[in-house]
Amino acid sequence: MISQFFVLSQRGDNIVFRDYRGEVPKGSAEIFFRKVKFWKQDGQEEAPPIFNVDGVNYFHVKVVGLFFVATTRVNVSPSLVLELLQRVARVIKDYLGVLSEDSFRKNFVLVYELLDEVIDFGYVQTTSTEVLKSYVFNEPIVVDAARLQPLGPAAIFMQGNKRMPGTAITKSVVANEPGGRKREEIFVDIIEKISVTFSSSGYILTSEIDGTIQMKSYLTGNPEIRLALNEDLSIGRGGGSVYDYGSSYGAGAVILDDCNFHESVRLDSFDMDRTLALVPPDGEFPVMNYRMTQEFKPPFHINCLIEEAGHLKAEVVLKIRAEFPSNITANTVVVEMPLLKYTIRASFELEPGAVGQRTDFKEANKKLEWDLKKIVGGFEHTLRAKLTFSQESHGNITKEAGPVSMTFTIPMYNASRLQVKYLQIAKKSSSYNPYRWVRYVTQANSYVARI
Amino acid sequence: MAPPAQSQRSQSPSQPSGKSEVSDLKLQLRQLAGSRAPGVDDSKRELFKKVISYMTIGIDVSSLFGEMVMCSATSDIVLKKMCYLYVGNYAKVNPDLALLTINFLQRDCHDQDPMIRGLALRSLCSLRVANLVEYLVGPLGSGLKDSNSYVRMVAVIGVLKLYHISASTCVDADFPSTLKHLLLNDSDTQVVANCLSALQEIWSAEASTSEEASREREALINKPVIYYLLNRIKEFSEWAQCLVLELVTKYVPSESSEIFDIMNLLEDRLQHANGAVVLATVKVFLQLTLSMTDVHQQVYERIKAPLLTLVSSGSPEQSYAVLSHLHLLVMRAPYVFSSDYKHFYCQYNEPSYVKRLKLEMLTAVANESNTYEIVTELCEYAANVDIPIARESIRAVGKIALQQYDVNAIVDRLLQFLEMEKDYVTAEALVLVKDLLRKYPQWSHDCIAVVGNISSKNVQEPKAKAALIWMLGEYSQDMQDAPYILESLVENWDEEHSAEVRLHLLTAVMKCFFKRPPETQSALGAALAAGVADFHQDVHDRALFYYRILRYNVSVAERVVNPPKQAVSVFADTQSSEIKDRIFDEFNSLSVLYQKPSYMFTDKEHRGSLEFADELGNLSIGEAADNVVSSQRVEENDKDLLLTTTEKEETRGSSNNGSAYNVPYDSSTSVFASQTQIESAISNPTTAGHSQQASFGIDDLLGLGMPAVPNVPSPPQLKLNTKAALDPSTFQQKWRQLPIALSQELSLSPQAVAALTAPQALLRHMQSHSIHCIASGGQSPNFKFFFFAQKYEESSNYLVECIINTSSGKAQVKIKADDQSTSQAFSTLFESALSKFGTP
Repeated sequence: MISQFFVLSQRGDNIVFRDYRGEVPKGSAEIFFRKVKFWKQDGQEEAPPIFNVDGVNYFHVKVVGLFFVATTRVNVSPSLVLELLQRVARVIKDYLGVLSEDSFRKNFVLVYELLDEVIDFGYVQTTSTEVLKSYVFNEPIVVDAARLQPLGPAAIFMQGNKRMPGTAITKSVVANEPGGRKREEIFVDIIEKISVTFSSSGYILTSEIDGTIQMKSYLTGNPEIRLALNEDLSIGRGGGSVYDYGSSYGAGAVILDDCNFHESVRLDSFDMDRTLALVPPDGEFPVMNYRMTQEFKPPFHINCLIEEAGHLKAEVVLKIRAEFPSNITANTVVVEMPLLKYTIRASFELEPGAVGQRTDFKEANKKLEWDLKKIVGGFEHTLRAKLTFSQESHGNITKEAGPVSMTFTIPMYNASRLQVKYLQIAKKSSSYNPYRWVRYVTQANSYVARI
Repeated sequence: MAPPAQSQRSQSPSQPSGKSEVSDLKLQLRQLAGSRAPGVDDSKRELFKKVISYMTIGIDVSSLFGEMVMCSATSDIVLKKMCYLYVGNYAKVNPDLALLTINFLQRDCHDQDPMIRGLALRSLCSLRVANLVEYLVGPLGSGLKDSNSYVRMVAVIGVLKLYHISASTCVDADFPSTLKHLLLNDSDTQVVANCLSALQEIWSAEASTSEEASREREALINKPVIYYLLNRIKEFSEWAQCLVLELVTKYVPSESSEIFDIMNLLEDRLQHANGAVVLATVKVFLQLTLSMTDVHQQVYERIKAPLLTLVSSGSPEQSYAVLSHLHLLVMRAPYVFSSDYKHFYCQYNEPSYVKRLKLEMLTAVANESNTYEIVTELCEYAANVDIPIARESIRAVGKIALQQYDVNAIVDRLLQFLEMEKDYVTAEALVLVKDLLRKYPQWSHDCIAVVGNISSKNVQEPKAKAALIWMLGEYSQDMQDAPYILESLVENWDEEHSAEVRLHLLTAVMKCFFKRPPETQSALGAALAAGVADFHQDVHDRALFYYRILRYNVSVAERVVNPPKQAVSVFADTQSSEIKDRIFDEFNSLSVLYQKPSYMFTDKEHRGSLEFADELGNLSIGEAADNVVSSQRVEENDKDLLLTTTEKEETRGSSNNGSAYNVPYDSSTSVFASQTQIESAISNPTTAGHSQQASFGIDDLLGLGMPAVPNVPSPPQLKLNTKAALDPSTFQQKWRQLPIALSQELSLSPQAVAALTAPQALLRHMQSHSIHCIASGGQSPNFKFFFFAQKYEESSNYLVECIINTSSGKAQVKIKADDQSTSQAFSTLFESALSKFGTP
């Protein structure tokens, strides 16, 4: 049970504010914002998603730079409130098409309509985009997605600060198409976030894939859908969850550690033929989340050398090799490396003829940054950096720099080899042939090489 | 209620300042109020939108109330909704004008369209004006009977709103019993869920004054209601499922088959994508199996994977909430997670609050087989850019060192830290090395060699400096330079700002003096002089005390200041086990995130329906019937202790962590059997004990001098009270407070081993020797017992923990006693009683 719900902009302005129970004293939005802004004096530490000020519990999630906040005085289930906030954000996105401060401000009356039906006196009533349709009467004022600040090609998959995958679809579930007719289409995205840690000698210390099969359906009449996955897919690792590399690598079978499913998914024939059956509700939702620690081939190999090169000088050589086929291209690759604290200057040398690459030395936090617009499969890129120090280094300089971390997005590539073999739409008419989009994308969650 | 009426915030230039705009709006609204011109609704919409946007950013638009109400006569539903929103926000501050709205809201409550009926009813109940409640009862009554489920849904919550405005009106209209009827009969699950929320809130609030209400609240947790809700669980929305599951955690099944039925029914809820549903299910599983050690263990194994999946899917905020719960479970049963340690490695981009949890989890799960890898990983973090985390990583390494038996490799790592030449790393490592030496003095040689190389000038942090000084004093005989380093520190006395460091310096110089007098004498003189002149009271007092005791007798001073020390075996835990149990009872609530029980952060009236433990706790003193409840609790609380002894068998046995919880029937019955055993063991003596004590009391008062039992010189042999009574909570409290008086290992005869097939066999035997059991558990070959006994005619207690391994035929016995002097006598008695076990 929550007491208030509000959305704040990055600057702390109320965008919507709904008080359901009148139990929390006035000024809660200001108290919240001040607390988050100045969590720790040095500003180094982020405020946790849940904290208590004077007996009021504040919950928040950050979505597209906005704070979605709930307050309560009661000892509630934290997961319930955070899931709810996330879900409210998703429902609003379903209606507005695009979630941004601008679209919020243009449509706040619609948002209030939604909020009144989603929560009554602090208790959740429904978060189903479909059910809500019959209670919402305002037409969304659609914000042109193209008018938003220029986003990189991968940004369409980005949301929030952990690169929460969204989809490219920016269509409202209620808005009418310009032509008056709705286009029949369904989107299925297989989004994988990978985490790999390489030891200083290049071994894989840990690796994990966290995947989601996300669906967004614009089909009329809610037909049943069957989604077939790899036949050799198996779930649960026999003999406990000890990391067990090498045993199954290359054998072809995809072994998930564990997974969970959306409520609408029926698993009647899942054990037999790995098929998920569901009647997709309106809006965007995850059909299945999965987790895998089975060994996979990391898409990038990172090689980093740091050596002293004379008095108060050192050289860094960074090599990135793309270990995927040449018909695949990674986007918006960023390589970062913290340098020694007493580095005062860094000069960079890219390979001859390099295009779409940018280098930077962040003076404030002594960090090296290397951006690559794209990397084509099979290619290797090298960066050399000459560092100048303000003082003599005492010990081992490799101990005081690094680790190298990488972020990237690779469209049409998935590391787990989990696949949607087919997407069947049950509908009687033979002429009915809606658009089906099945897309794969892999992103780095935490991709780190120690030096 | 929205925005503060008088906003304190300075308005930014882009936002309207208020006054003139509001009066402008007032004028425009007035013009439109009576108009029936075509297109007027569109203009109204624009104006209404403006009003609501002002309201949102905190401009007071309450002065428009009259105009807004005048404009509300419309059939346009969008307008209506905006008007309802406005009215709901300002009715409370305009109670007189609110009366104006009653009319049109009441009319709308009879509209053709169920949507309008619902909306109007919701707005009507949201006015929050006490003198308007009379207008609510009628529409609410018909709303609850409405044929449309949307209206009923709104009406049920409406009843709750009415209760908060005027509790008596709500109760007098008999609405709670109507809700109770709907709860069990309505076809719509959201109506049912709302009834459940409303009734829980109403009856919890009423329970403090009305016994009937508290009975009604208890009645929600009875078998028919629980089964009715559970059987429909999949029809409920995911949010309502959480509500139902929370209710189920309070239900106490009457037999173990019920427990398995419920768990099998809810098994697939663990695969739900909504973390709140999964955690609520986990709570049900954990609570239901508390009294069944082996199944409880299986539950841990079962819930591991789903929780890990939730941690890695979803937003960072959601994963944090789940991780906090996983943290709690890991701290309770680290060995269950010891092979999953890699999941608790920190990622470089995680926020500090996540890293901190993970570091604690890594520390907890470290055991013989994974320590090397965990410590290697932690050492990587020590060079982290995030300095607070780097520090905590080093501390984690130290903690692992203190909880392990084989610390060889770890000591080397710690010493490497000292050589890293980063101030904060050195500082943390020094503190750790000090603690390590207090536990493992045998490492002093290696450590001192490295510590000796550290220049005291490079150590600035008080804690680290104090640690270094402590080591200089403690090991001054092994450190060549110790007296001179201390001397130079004393010379800089005035520059030392930390009193803690000065205190340590005084003591260290003293210790050094006892070991190497000629070299230290001058430093000691200077230190005492400086100390006596110190402004800090404690420093001054200590210096004076040292000075006087030295004058009195140097060898006495040495015995006081530098006595031979025993190695510290266990460093005290910061949180008591009682608090930890409280938090565990409040699983799936904020208590887990804050790591505090709810009474520490909520006011009484807001603790809500989660508070169940409270009532259980209050029952612990009193009659026999209550003792039964709390004796179960002791067993529950002790579960994790029990788990540790049976751990090895369990992990072997529970590899079949499949979906079915079909535990061999005999094992579960034996658990229950042992419980009833305990109950009877406790309940009878309690009453008997009371009456006996009472009669003695009277006799004393009368001064009649009972048959001279007390006058007989006490026999060398200890006599125990055959009808001793001790309630479990006192037992727990005493167990925590008292030191271990005796600890020994006894051997069991082969006959005893053969007889010990189930715990209760030994219970009966020991009882015949006046040693009573208060809790027991375990399975062959590991059993664990808590016994107590009382001295005859004195309320002096003996507490015993006895762990028996039948395969080795050994019993580990720990004895605690109120009266330490007789513990040896009791031990002899206990041993002889135990040795007779199994002999016919």
